[in-house]
Amino acid sequence: MAGLLSKERSVAGSNYNRWLIPPAALATHLCIGQAYAISVFNLPLTKELGISHSAPGDWKLTELGWIFTIAIFVLGASAALFGKWVQAEGPRKSGFVAALCWSIGFLVGALGIRLHQLWLVYLGYGVIGGCGLGIGYITPVSTLIAWFPDRRGMATGMAIMGFGGGALIASPLSDMLMKHFASATSTGVAATWLVLGLGYFVTMTAGAFGYRVPAPGWKPAGWVEPVKQRALITRENVTPAAAVHTPQFWLLWVVLCFNVTAGIGVLGQASAMIQEVFKGTITPSAAAGFVGLLSLFNMGGRFFWASLSDKIGRKATYACFFTLGTALYALVPFAGRSGSVAFFVACFCLILTMYGGGFATVPAYLADVFGPKYVSAVHGRLLTAWSAAGVFGPVLVNYIRQYQIDNGVPKYEAYSVTLFIMAGLLLIAFFANLAIKPVGEQHFEGREPLPNAKPEPEPA
Amino acid sequence: MTETNPVSTPQTSHALTLAFAWLAVLVPLAWGVAQTVKKALALFG
Repeated sequence: MAGLLSKERSVAGSNYNRWLIPPAALATHLCIGQAYAISVFNLPLTKELGISHSAPGDWKLTELGWIFTIAIFVLGASAALFGKWVQAEGPRKSGFVAALCWSIGFLVGALGIRLHQLWLVYLGYGVIGGCGLGIGYITPVSTLIAWFPDRRGMATGMAIMGFGGGALIASPLSDMLMKHFASATSTGVAATWLVLGLGYFVTMTAGAFGYRVPAPGWKPAGWVEPVKQRALITRENVTPAAAVHTPQFWLLWVVLCFNVTAGIGVLGQASAMIQEVFKGTITPSAAAGFVGLLSLFNMGGRFFWASLSDKIGRKATYACFFTLGTALYALVPFAGRSGSVAFFVACFCLILTMYGGGFATVPAYLADVFGPKYVSAVHGRLLTAWSAAGVFGPVLVNYIRQYQIDNGVPKYEAYSVTLFIMAGLLLIAFFANLAIKPVGEQHFEGREPLPNAKPEPEPA
Repeated sequence: MTETNPVSTPQTSHALTLAFAWLAVLVPLAWGVAQTVKKALALFG
């Protein structure tokens, strides 16, 4: 089995079709993208003991919110921790390990629900499943970039689009399964998690065995590396250890962190926001439709913007996100006051395309700046920005909103301040992106000064 | 005289594998998108 999973065994033959790699990557990302749909279980999980109502001893929503927070935090931490291993062992082994972690996470979580032990759910879905999220997320990145040197953005955008799309499948599927398994004595959540865990294992394992790495020196037929590249694109490689010592890495960290913080701020409050801004016009089911629409644009933006970045460059793409994003965030409060639901929804849909686009374009940006060789490992380390945003974003938004309401600001007005702060974050990210310059030659692999190296003695 | 069966050529089997791989991921995704769009219609209904 170990041999079957090795990187050497997954080297593609000469007539292998590279278009088989994106479906394998999508199989991984569509499964782990379920994480965005975890909230579908929140309400039933608050009734595990009472079944039709919350009974004393049942879990509270605030306790359940930690499941997602832990999972996202572990995603970033595990991507950073195992990035180098993923790079060294290849996509087949790491894809299989991700499948194992993700499905075991569900199974342990299901046991926790069955025994009504919340710590087991945290451990299962949050920690073990979170490792599956982190490893699975970065698994296809360097493989796709190696197969599509001519379309780095489009290739990684396609895979990361799957992460956005996973929730679109998981949400209605979970609803159907819960209805099927629900009985007078059960909400059906534990059985649903069991089925999902097994289903995801089969799908992700199939994806893992679908990965192939190109033979050394392989290039797409007829493709010649451009002699004159864009200024930011390097022909060299920077090791992950050296990359984190460059200002470029930390500028990109700020870019990703603030883009995600702004997006999370909107996603977390979208349903409540639209209902309060258009009080009496928007029903809870229409608000749920709004959240669904945002997920759709989040997914579409991943493919659209990442593909566009192949044409206009990564820096220009992020400059678009931050100029357009800042303007839209500042415009939304006025859209709310204008009373036009369509205008308000259109602004948010456009914002969400850029939230998704930020995730999807960053692997190609990293490959441009630090070279393609270690991109999975560098990407893994950069994903700590997502962990930080996952904690920082909701805390910032909730705290500011609550502070406003406590000081007598009407609920629908309290969102305006939050949105202006988000616009400010995007403005900072705009300048961070603007400051990104090509990496200095001293950071390239093989040219770094050795630690504690003594100077060569002068010849006598 | 030898006859070649076009169905068994490597190119055809490659095309079938490719079609199957894409359908396996795009069909569930299309179903998810359709469900979401259906739900989103309530926003404008």
